[in-house]
Amino acid sequence: MSPVANAATHSDILAAIGGTPTIELARLAPHPAVRLFAKLEGQNPTGSVKDRIARAMIFEALTSGALRPGQTILEPSSGNTGISLAMIGRRLGHPVRVVMPDNTTPERAQLLRLYGAEIISSPGAEGSNGAIRLAQRLAAGDPSVFMPYQYGNEANPRAHQETTGPEILAQVPEVDMFVAGLGTGGTLTGVARALKAARPSVRIVAAEPLPGEQVQGLRSLEEGFVPPVLDESLLNDRFLVSNRDAVIGLRRLLRDEGIFGGLSSGAATAVAIRAARELEHGNVVVLLADGGWKYLSADLWTRDVDELEDELEGSLLW
Amino acid sequence: MSRVKIPPVLRDSVGGSRDVTASGATVAAVLDDLFAQHPSLRDRVTEEGQLSRFINVYVNDRDVRYRDGLDTPVGADDTVILLPAMAGGAG
Repeated sequence: MSPVANAATHSDILAAIGGTPTIELARLAPHPAVRLFAKLEGQNPTGSVKDRIARAMIFEALTSGALRPGQTILEPSSGNTGISLAMIGRRLGHPVRVVMPDNTTPERAQLLRLYGAEIISSPGAEGSNGAIRLAQRLAAGDPSVFMPYQYGNEANPRAHQETTGPEILAQVPEVDMFVAGLGTGGTLTGVARALKAARPSVRIVAAEPLPGEQVQGLRSLEEGFVPPVLDESLLNDRFLVSNRDAVIGLRRLLRDEGIFGGLSSGAATAVAIRAARELEHGNVVVLLADGGWKYLSADLWTRDVDELEDELEGSLLW
Repeated sequence: MSRVKIPPVLRDSVGGSRDVTASGATVAAVLDDLFAQHPSLRDRVTEEGQLSRFINVYVNDRDVRYRDGLDTPVGADDTVILLPAMAGGAG
């Protein structure tokens, strides 16, 4: 390979977002007629897929005038989106405030502070829903803040429709199935739009975290939440993944393929292997949302799985 | 009899249990049996005969909306999971 085959020179860090590598997972493919590929979103500048949507939401808000000079960016986030926004805010000169559940890994708070963001904690027992509610209360009627609101901002799926999806089509032109974790729904919705326009038969598969009892702090079903950016009609299948299976998946990624992924990457991989088993032949692309760096303190790789499962029950790691 | 897992938010309708049992060969039949045993659950989980948008139903680990919906088959050893729609993590 040429020494510069994967190299590029960019005008600044924001221009280096996207263009992530896709790696074949030959050792994890369930049978020889199915090829499995992983798109490594941990290769983005702050280490996760969220750099793509954070850049898109901020650039769009600057263009439309929704984000004005001096305004603070406020966002509910379990970590990755907040970290991406903090980096972009630092680069562009906007203070960033992140509402984050208090039961995530300490690495996320460390990174947020490092980029200069202020952290507001929301009760872990209320999960992401609680962070969303608190952020909405804080932003209401306050002209000094701008909330990108990844759950309802069309720039989120559009970023994937315009960048992630076309990259996948260039890297695996005959893609038959795409698998990703379900959080805001932006990745699945945006990538599905791009892939289905080119290959209508492609199957879109969601890997959804099975929430622990302690993070299901809803007071009523009406407090439930379907993110506005998620277009459920584009999905073809949806699997629940336990923390146990996600941990086993991330260990297999590391052991068999040398890929150091985060918990949602383990979950998406577990679902990709399971769903790929039902194909007679074809190409499956799984999106690995981040690397393992932000999970080192949870030691997901070496501890006893039963012990980990009990501990993960009350935390929010994806 | 299939096992049905009840989320915390709905447990007051089933006397506080995490798990209950119900019989039926499809999701619709299992839910009917469940509603017969625990009548207050029906109005919380369905709207005009359809599943509420804010509840997701899985047979084992798979969302029935992307299979055969309420006609999705349920085996005696299967687990039916009811879960409220929630914002995922990874955000």
